[in-house]
Formats: sequence, C-alpha cells, structure tokens
Amino acid sequence: MIHQYQNNGYNIVLDVNSGAVHVVDQEAYDVIEVLNRMNEDHTVETLKSPETAEALKKELGEKYSEKDLLDILEAVTELTEQGRLFTKDIYESFIDVVKQRKTVVKALCLHIAHDCNLACKYCFAEEGEYHGRRALMSYEVGKKALDFLIANSGTRRNLEVDFFGGEPLMNWQVVKDLVAYGREQEKLHDKHFRFTLTTNGVLLNDEVQEFVNKEMDNVVISLDGRKEVNDQMRPFRNGKGSYDLIVPKFQKLAESRNQEKYYIRGTFTRNNLDFSKDVEHFADLGFKQMSIEPVVGDDTEPYAIQKEDLPQIFEEYDKLAKFLIEREKSGRGFNFFHFMIDLEGGPCVSKRLSGCGSGTEYLAVTPWEISTHVISL
Amino acid sequence: MKHIKTLNTQTLNNTVKKGGCGECQTSCQSACKTSCTVGNQTCENAK
Repeated sequence: MIHQYQNNGYNIVLDVNSGAVHVVDQEAYDVIEVLNRMNEDHTVETLKSPETAEALKKELGEKYSEKDLLDILEAVTELTEQGRLFTKDIYESFIDVVKQRKTVVKALCLHIAHDCNLACKYCFAEEGEYHGRRALMSYEVGKKALDFLIANSGTRRNLEVDFFGGEPLMNWQVVKDLVAYGREQEKLHDKHFRFTLTTNGVLLNDEVQEFVNKEMDNVVISLDGRKEVNDQMRPFRNGKGSYDLIVPKFQKLAESRNQEKYYIRGTFTRNNLDFSKDVEHFADLGFKQMSIEPVVGDDTEPYAIQKEDLPQIFEEYDKLAKFLIEREKSGRGFNFFHFMIDLEGGPCVSKRLSGCGSGTEYLAVTPWEISTHVISL
Repeated sequence: MKHIKTLNTQTLNNTVKKGGCGECQTSCQSACKTSCTVGNQTCENAK
C-alpha cells in the first residue's frame, strides 16, 4: 500500500507496510502514482515486465523523457526488491497472535481527586466530578492500586502511574504518600515506577515543584494558548480566567526542569480553529515541549469541532509544521508532540497492532474502585 | 540526478521477527488523554 502526498515543497511517498519514507522529485512522484494506479500489488516481476514500461511511457511519455522514466522504474524496482516499496501486507496473520497474547497491566491512571478548582467548559470529567459525587482518593485505595499494578505486571519492569483528576493537587498529600510507597515497593519487587502528574497549575507552588522535579518522570500542564482562548474555556468557578495565575508558574516549572520531561498541553475547540497561533504563543512564552489536541465532546456543543472544520484544521497543521521548521532554523526550536516521529526506532508491529493498551494494559482507578472505564478513547 | 531519497533504514516487517517485548510506554501518558498516539512511540529496545 502506497500513500503519497505533497507538503511544504516536498513530495513524500510512504510505503505503508514497510514503514519506508521516500522523498522524491516530481517525476518519480508521478511515476509512482501511475504505477500504483495501474496495479496496487506490483511485484518485482510485474515491474520488470515490458508491459509496465510501455504503459508508463504511454501515460507520461509526453511529459518526461524515456530515459528518465526508465531510470525511475529501475529505482522503484530496486526498492521493491529491498522491501521498501509495494511491500506486501504480511501483518494480518499476526492480529490473532496479538489478540490472544497474555496481557499484563503496565500502567494505571489514578483519579486522585474527583474534584477541580477550575470549571473548564469542555471538561469530560464534568468539572472534575466524573458525573458523580466529588471525592478524593484515599491513601488506602491508592496503595491497593499500586499493589494491584505490581501483582499484575508480570515480568515488565517499568510501570507507569499517572496522577490524574479532576485536579490531583487538590489531594496532594496522598500523591506524595503514594510516591513514597511506590519507591519502597519498587525495591522489594525489582520494578521501576515512572510517575507522571497532570495538573491545571492553580495550586502549583515551590514545594510542589521541588517534589515533582525529584519524583515525576513527566508533568503535563494544561493551558490552551492565547489568554483570550484559554480564559474563554478554562475559567474558575466564579468565571474569572485562569491564564494570569498559572502562566508564570508554568514558565517557572518548565525552566526548573531544564525545558525537558514536561508537556504544556492545550485543547483546541471550534472557538480557536486557528490553533497554530496558540502553539506559536506557547513558543513565545518560552515553552519547548508542547502538545495541542482537538476537543472531545458532544456534537451539539457550540465548541464542538464539525466535519466542515476539517480543511481548516489540516491547514493549521501545515502552518504549524512550517512554523516549527522556521523556529528550528533560527535556533529557537521546540517539540510538538504529534510531530515527534522516530522513523528509525518507532513502534514495532506488535505495538501497532495492539494499540495504546487502554482497557487492557492501562487501567483507570477512581477514588472508589479499580475500573476498566476507558477515559482516553 | 537521484530521483528517490529514502529517509529511513529500518523496515517495519523486520520487527515482526522479534515480536513485542511490551516494555514501551503506554501511549497516551506522554501528553494527552484524548487522543491515542501510537505512531510516535519510541521502542525501549532501540534506545
């Protein structure tokens, strides 16, 4: 299967089944397009057949020289031979293997607090309450959750625990106690906990920062971008915007972590379909690790993204890519989470087939019980 | 002139042989809770 597209002055050809990425000139782009249209299941043999060369000349002979067409056909054949173009889909038979594999629990999302000090309008957790009564996770429930994770993790050594909410800083002492418990248990069971914290920053202070920098592998800090964008969707319960209070704290935290191992993470909605400007704003505020994601919500909500918004959204990602490259070239680069693709050491086939693990390897724990309720999909 | 430049050297089908070790990070923990991003995961063994 071949997927090809033109973007930002580049012609990209992706051989989906091998994961090979090719940058090609216009002639090769056209040749591959014609070959693929002719026969999606080309093999070295069919590419080498005189009919293929003839068909190619017939279709593109007026546009390009015969020599060029045959040179490109030869290069395509060579890449096909190497398993980098027209690669067969050999993965279907592995689906059952992956499905039937014995899974272990690798990660937990602890809903440390079903309560929040902000009243974000798009909150899937109903202002932190998750459609139920407000509650804080007790140390006992958290401890049992960590025990459960260790007991069900098999031979997996790295275990991930997310302190999530609501707003986890509203139950900060329990977070600290659970980290201490985890550190004690990991030694006993030869495990290693990677803790992460997701916070809106309202209660962030020096003491929290110091602890987080010592213990948390990653911190996700929530901000939607420009002040007016953020404050429209992320107000306090009294309606006041949160931007002015949290931005200086986030800047300080990011610096104190050497601009690493954190993400400033925003949500874009129908109110800011020009979200590349919000990423730009993050960069202008000095942040180096960022992510912005489309809102998830009921279609009837005024902020919900509609199908007709998609062309603009696609364009924004292209703008964002250009902006990122410009910044990189000027020595002020940053990482955008969804553009960070490791072409050499990316996910293996097994990972791609098994997906993110939500509901099997990754479970959520509410203040009341362990739940297979999937919050991430 | 070279018409095709290939950016990566590894091919995905090679990873089938090894099978999955399962040590990689759970996808959505890095930055988001609302989108499943498997594509940019890094293999723990490749580090």
